[in-house]
Amino acid sequence: MSARDTDWDGVRLHVVTGKGGTGKTTVAAALALALASGGKKVLLVEVEGRQGIAQLFDRPPLPYEEKKIAVAPGGGDVHALAIDPEEAMLEYLEMFYGLRRAGKALTKMGVIDFITTIAPGLRDVLLTGKTTESVRRKDPSGRRVYDAVVLDAPPTGRVVRFLNVTTEVADLARVGPIRTHADMVRGVVASPETAVHFVTLLEEMPVQETLDGIADLRAEGLPPGGVFINMVRPEILPEETLEAAGEDRLDLDELIVGLKAAGLTDDAEETARALAAEVAEHAHRTRLERRERQTLAKADRPRYELPLLADGVDLAGLYELADTIKAQGAA
Amino acid sequence: MKTAPALDVDGLLGDPRMRIIVCCGSGGVGKTTTAAALGLRAAELGRNVVVLTVDPARRLAQSMGLSELDNTPRPVVEYDNGGSLHAMMLDMKRTFDEIIEAHADPDRARQILTNPFYQSLSSSFAGTQEYMAMEKLGQLGRSDEWDLIVVDTPPSRSALDFLDAPERLGRFLDGRVLRLLVAPAKAGGRGAFKLLNVGIGMVTNIANKVIGAQVLKDIQTFVSAFDAMFGGFRERAEQTYKLLQAPGTAFLVVAAPEKDALREASYFVERLAEERMPLAGLVVNRVHRSPAADLSGARSTAAAEDLDRRGGHEVAAAVLRLHADRMRVATRERREQESFMSAHPTVPVAEVPAMPGDVHDLDGLREIGERLAS
Repeated sequence: MSARDTDWDGVRLHVVTGKGGTGKTTVAAALALALASGGKKVLLVEVEGRQGIAQLFDRPPLPYEEKKIAVAPGGGDVHALAIDPEEAMLEYLEMFYGLRRAGKALTKMGVIDFITTIAPGLRDVLLTGKTTESVRRKDPSGRRVYDAVVLDAPPTGRVVRFLNVTTEVADLARVGPIRTHADMVRGVVASPETAVHFVTLLEEMPVQETLDGIADLRAEGLPPGGVFINMVRPEILPEETLEAAGEDRLDLDELIVGLKAAGLTDDAEETARALAAEVAEHAHRTRLERRERQTLAKADRPRYELPLLADGVDLAGLYELADTIKAQGAA
Repeated sequence: MKTAPALDVDGLLGDPRMRIIVCCGSGGVGKTTTAAALGLRAAELGRNVVVLTVDPARRLAQSMGLSELDNTPRPVVEYDNGGSLHAMMLDMKRTFDEIIEAHADPDRARQILTNPFYQSLSSSFAGTQEYMAMEKLGQLGRSDEWDLIVVDTPPSRSALDFLDAPERLGRFLDGRVLRLLVAPAKAGGRGAFKLLNVGIGMVTNIANKVIGAQVLKDIQTFVSAFDAMFGGFRERAEQTYKLLQAPGTAFLVVAAPEKDALREASYFVERLAEERMPLAGLVVNRVHRSPAADLSGARSTAAAEDLDRRGGHEVAAAVLRLHADRMRVATRERREQESFMSAHPTVPVAEVPAMPGDVHDLDGLREIGERLAS
């Protein structure tokens, strides 16, 4: 176990979910970097066939193969894997039935695609199965191969069903390898080794989905993790100014004097009025954001705030987010 | 700076020949809100509109008076000029059930509806939602009750699922593989298997092992009961597909001014062209603009630093810094949009400035509609 004291010591599978547009993949990648820092080995997994990880790290599309994609601060590696359900199915057939070649022939005929699509839940079991296998995998000396695995999971609306494999395949298989597989997944996913983190923005809909998602997880006996509040804008304005702007009584003359002092003398009055409108809108938004922050507190989960990267998410930005995650004790 | 042709939203909504508008795009870009706002605006223009939505956020649904999944168009608002807005939420299972009930005799329908395989197929098969959205669209289109149908596409893994899934479900339902699994001898696929040196026994054997004998048996029962309906499914899917290509249909791709969302939008634009589906334009939601856009970010930052050096004027310095930040975001968004425009210079664009809060009533939707049309 690590000597560091983080909020998630002992957790080996970090599942990251969130509403579309909240930056789920970005946060998952930054979390993987943060977890790897200081000489750890972390696997970052994606399951939705979107190749989001490759795009984020500016790489060609990832094959179905664990590949190193980044070095963490202070040593440590992040590996990545894009799980494809068909490939996972073939691997599964080989593992349990020794059917590698036949499996390949069947793929050509569309049979594998067919089976992974028709049997409800099977697809999810294959995806979560591969993920949990990488969590449990050990090297010859008996040590876990990865210190942590970060799963960029389906969005909040689908995540509980995705993780809840045992119920999903209940009708499908009461006995046999699929069942064993599902039970193994459940054993990992429902254990203290797993935490399901939510990514949200300080906006009403994603916050509501986060709270609903946490409640749903709890109802199914799955372990909710932390809440990552993404794209938080810096608080630039002094509190009194914010308050004044919110009540539409920002001192326009003071602003004009300031603009002129800074050499913005042309149309200073017009500029000041336009800036005041901008500040008023900002104040309104800040008030709403504070309300959402309070709402999130109700979930009673650790919260982390990640700054909005004004220039967009690039590699440097990812490392910046990873630092922030570490500094707040999430990794 | 590149500029895209402006999307004439009112022209599109007010055109009596326009019968179907499909909003598509990746998750979290405000598709449902856009669809609802368009529907409301078209109603204000005097048209009888129904908005077909899939899984809207609770408060947005409430704002339109939808509290439950009931698969029936509910009146939202009516205007003196004869325009009206109805809205409905898609219940995919019920839609599927209704199709079965409408196209099979009662005995057979009961057999299908109680089949465990059918039950999971109709409630959780990847693609059923997309397929049923298309079915519902076809039904609404054939009913001739509406001047305009605005559809909000299901939240898919990728935007393209929406076009692919119906075809996939159709292929699956009348597919040879399905019959092959169920009754290998009848399907006449022996030759193909022989070529690949795989015995049919092997196929059923694998299917048996992986999905289990019971499921296989359920599938078998389902297929034999469903047999007569396969063709109808395929036919209706093809009809709806053609309806989407017809001149009375327009696609609007919805995006946010972010790299990922615009990349998806790009894929979608290309894909629609490949399928010869009529694209009306791109809607970019939540665009950050500044009322003081004449003052550049760089100048604003420099001025703030200047004030810091002089001392005093803290408020002005903070306001300038806030402005610089806003301009940075606006510049980045502009850049993302420009790369989209470079690839698709002829696609008309409508921008919707970001609103400070979420939309949860008709006034909010009306405001979005105004922003869309201006």
